[in-house]
Order: sequence, then C-alpha cells, then structure tokens
Amino acid sequence: MQTGAARFDFPGFKLLTFLCLFILYAPLLVVTIYSFNDSRSITTWGGFSLRWYVDVFTGPDSAKFKSAAVNSFSIALIAATVATAIATSAALAMVRGGRFRLRTATFGVISLPILVPEIVTAVAMLIFFNAIGFTRGYMSILIAHIAFCIPFAYLPISARMQGIEGVYEQAAMDLYADRVQAFRRVLLPMMMPGIISGFLLAFIISLDDFIITNFVKGAGIETLPTAIFGSVKQGLRPNIMAISTMLLAFSTVIVTLSWLVSRIDRTK
Amino acid sequence: MTDQRPIAIDIRKVIKRFGDFTALKEVSLGIRDNEFFTLLGPSGCGKTTLLRMIAGFEDVTAGAIYLYDQEIARLPPNKRPINTVFQNYALFPTMSVLENVGFGLEMQGKSRAEASRRAGEMLELVQLTQFAHRKPSQLSGGQQQRVALARALAPQPRVLLLDEPLSALDMKLRKSMQIELKHIQRETGITFIFVTHDQEEALTMSDRIAVMSAGEVQQLGTAREIYEHPRNMFVADFIGDTNLLEVAVDRIEAGRATCHLGGGHELTCDAVDGVGIGARVHLSVRPERLFLSAEPEEAESLRARVVENIFIGTDITTILDLDEGPRFQVRASNSDRGNRRVFEPGQSAFVNMERGSARLLVD
Repeated sequence: MQTGAARFDFPGFKLLTFLCLFILYAPLLVVTIYSFNDSRSITTWGGFSLRWYVDVFTGPDSAKFKSAAVNSFSIALIAATVATAIATSAALAMVRGGRFRLRTATFGVISLPILVPEIVTAVAMLIFFNAIGFTRGYMSILIAHIAFCIPFAYLPISARMQGIEGVYEQAAMDLYADRVQAFRRVLLPMMMPGIISGFLLAFIISLDDFIITNFVKGAGIETLPTAIFGSVKQGLRPNIMAISTMLLAFSTVIVTLSWLVSRIDRTK
Repeated sequence: MTDQRPIAIDIRKVIKRFGDFTALKEVSLGIRDNEFFTLLGPSGCGKTTLLRMIAGFEDVTAGAIYLYDQEIARLPPNKRPINTVFQNYALFPTMSVLENVGFGLEMQGKSRAEASRRAGEMLELVQLTQFAHRKPSQLSGGQQQRVALARALAPQPRVLLLDEPLSALDMKLRKSMQIELKHIQRETGITFIFVTHDQEEALTMSDRIAVMSAGEVQQLGTAREIYEHPRNMFVADFIGDTNLLEVAVDRIEAGRATCHLGGGHELTCDAVDGVGIGARVHLSVRPERLFLSAEPEEAESLRARVVENIFIGTDITTILDLDEGPRFQVRASNSDRGNRRVFEPGQSAFVNMERGSARLLVD
C-alpha cells in the first residue's frame, strides 16, 4: 500500500503549498509583528515595545475605540444570544416537525443568507430600514446582526440535531417526563455542544462584520471594524495594528473554542 | 384452557392507518395479568405499531385500549403506568447509569435521594452496581441492555413493553438474556409484552404468542399450540420448519381426510372444518415428525429418493423427492438412534409419518 506522503509527492507540490500558506498568513504575521514595533513607522523595525497597545487604551483615539469596543461586544453578545435562541427553535422545528411540505425549501430559506453577497444584504437592509422609517443607530445595527447571525448559529445546531434520534424524547416521556421536562433534562443537554458552537460562531461573525454594519449604522455610532476603517482612512498608525492583533487573537480563541465544543459528541 | 387472571391490556377493535396505508386491521387481543406475552411476526406486520400504541407513541385511528379497567388510548405516554425497553435502548447519553435508572422515579415525583436509592437496588437486580457512575457509552451492548431493563422496571410499571430488545446482541448473550428476562418477569410479577421477529425467541420465553402478519393477528396461543396446531399457512410456514404440501382432498371418512399428493401418493390426516371433498389446500407436516426406513413401517409409507443430507449439529435434515411427487424434508436427531435413520444421497427410502402429525390448513 502506498503511503499518503508518497502519493502526494508531486514535483512542486510542496512549493505551491508553502506559497499558498505564505499568501494567507504573511500579512497577518506582519501586522502582528509590527504591532510590537517601537517605531512610528509601519514599515521599518525600531525594536520591541508595547507602546501601541498602551496607546490603544490611553492614546488620543482611546475614547473612540473604547466606545466602539463596547458597542461591538454588546451587539455581538445580544445578537448571538437572540440568533442562537431563534436558530435552536428553528432546528427543533425542522428536525422534529416530521416531513412537512416545503421542508427542503425551508432549510434553503434559513441557510441561503450565508451565500448571498454581503453587499446585497447590506443594501437591502439599508433600503428596508429607510422604507419603514427606522432611525439608524445602535438598534438598527443590532437588528441587522441578529438577522444575519441566524443562519450561522443554525448550521451547527441543526447538524447536532440530526444525530439525536427522536427516541430519546420518547424514552423520557415513557418515563413520566412531560414535554418540557423531556426537553430540559434530555434533549437540551444533548444539543448543548451544537448550541454553544452556534453561539460562538454567531458571536464572532457579528464581531467581525463590517459591510452590513457600515451601511445600517447611523452617524456618530461605530463598532470596532468601522472605527478601525475610519482611522485607517486618516492614515495608517501602528495602534491600528495593535487593535487588529488583539481582535485576531480574540477571534482565534473563539473559533477554536467553537470547533472544540462541536467535536464533543455526547450521543456516544 | 380457562384462565381466571384479569386482563391487563385489552385491545378492542383497534385500527391504525397511516394515510392510505392500514398498519392494523381491527385487532382485538386480551393480555393477561402477569403474563409473558409475545407479539411475533415479520417486519412490517404491525407488531411494533401495536406496541407503540400501547406505550402511547402512536394514536389509535379507531378502537380502544384498556389498562385493567381504564381506557388509555388517548392518554399521553407519560400518563400511562407502562414502561418500554427500546430496541436500541435509548439510554440518555448525558446521564450516568444511575441517573438513567433513577430518571423515571424522579419524574414520578420521588426525591433525588429516594430515586437514587431505588435505582441502586435495580442495578443490583441486574448485577451492574459497579457501573453505576459510568456513562452508558462506556458499557458493552449487553450491559446497556440491562440498564435499559432496570430503567424501565424501576418505576414499577403495571406493564412492561419490550421492543426487540435482544436483536442487537450476539447469539450466546441473547440466549442467556432470554432466560434472565423470563426469570425477571416471574420475580417481579409484571406483565411483559415482548415484540420480536425471532420465532425461536418467542417460543422460548412466552406464555402466549400472538402471531401477526399484514396487520392482523393470525393466531393466538401458547408456544405449543401455535407450533403443533398452526391455524393457517402463514403460521405453519413462519413458525419453525415444515413441509407445506399442496394436496387435493379425495375422501373424508369418520373425521379422517384422505389427501392426494400427486404421483399416486396419499396421506390421511384429521379433517378440518371448512375443507370438503375436492378442495385443493395445503397440508403441513413438521420434518421432525417424519422418519425414514428401508422398508415401509406404517400403513402410509411413501417411497422416495434421497437428494441430500444437511448436518446442522443437533440434527440431520434429509431432503427427498417422492417418485413423481413433492419434495420432503425429514429430520433425525444426531444420536445413535437418529443416525441409523440416515440414508446416503441416491438411495431410496420410505418416508413414515407419526399418526396425527399432518395438519390441513384452511388457507
């Protein structure tokens, strides 16, 4: 039998692999390294320093970044929570609702927004808020985030639900549990890894969002991505790299957590 | 046989339809208190549907189900003092073995401490005390099966339903669980309703068996009754091995019917109501009720030629063709006595039948 290494050892394959990885990760690596640069320049190295991290929290832009961070995290937290609750109900209905008509269509309707170009969603939401005369601000951002987070929360939850057979609820009901008890004591603990994974995914999607937020936010309110964009337009300062590096680290932790949690299989 | 025990589960003219498909066609059954009762049939015969209706997982299209004197057909499963051992056990994977067994007690309103104490006793009954704090996934299939049994018995249901609970176990374990289940049924005195497609399992354990097919009860009786006196072709064919012969009834005299097998061969057996002279019906005779000999030993010995011998350990099955007649299976036990009755392929021999062992079937 051929080993995996031998089978894929085409000439130039390694080179191509490293090239792809380089293109993907070199910019991130540069931003991360230069965030610790002591120099004001963003291209020449002037020694190691944490001054730009200090600058983020105490510098002239700190107030702007602080309020943007509060907005970002509070919106991400609320949007992810609400979207996860809705997605959980949707997944329950889809999996436990039996083979109702338009089941496949319903699944498509829930999942499609992931595939719609974000700019289209952004424009559509802007037009929608204008049409109903909704004042743009914190609330419009929050509502938009809840909406586009639902499919992201839905996918891991419904994937988990597929693996949970209806017989567990029946067994609980057979043992004198009512519907609520069967859900709370048996089904919910089994769904938990999917729910947590969906929540974390929705949280990070909301936190990272720029395009939709930029369209539906009103004047005078910023989230971290829009604040960073605003700063960059006035010139690239190293403190942006420090913020970006912190966001990158935070996102990596959340995505890793989400992945780890989704791997916990409690049905086995 | 009259039985004075009360009826535990009374199924009265129950019909179940799924859309256009009729899963049960007006089934009526009375299952007695403290009985080990088996619903036996091939897959799709409606046995599991009937069990699920007793448990409350399926509603009845028409008819009534009584638990002792109470109509239960419209009660949700959690309001019925009936528990189920599921086919794949359906143990709750997030709970320990002890929590699984205590779940029903807790849902009945017992305190956590009381539930856990009683669950511990149940685990003792199924000899799994040392696994109380493990998760079900850390147990073998046989152990999971016992946890499922303990969990269903813990709330002391009036009736226990078992949905092919042994089908996932290997042969040896299955045999020992069959005997253990029977013992537990005797000890607890709880009415067991057992669903299986395995006729040997049904014969081993049951007080009475309802043989089902195509949404109907084909025959209801003790293991011996359904084996020795199958009512129709389906039951004769489904339970055990048999020689099913197409015959024409030539004469009926003094309660005995003489049947023509083709090729000039004749057999007599007890006449059956509904089968008259000239009828073309089936005759069933079990292979172990036949024996071979070099010379005719009975009045109706049939001359045949040996085609093949099949050795299956406990028995030897010989396949023979009657001269211009049907094919027969004859079984001899693998003992000195039985082996003297085995002939080599190509040899001719006489097929002899014990009187009263052939049976005419109505349909």
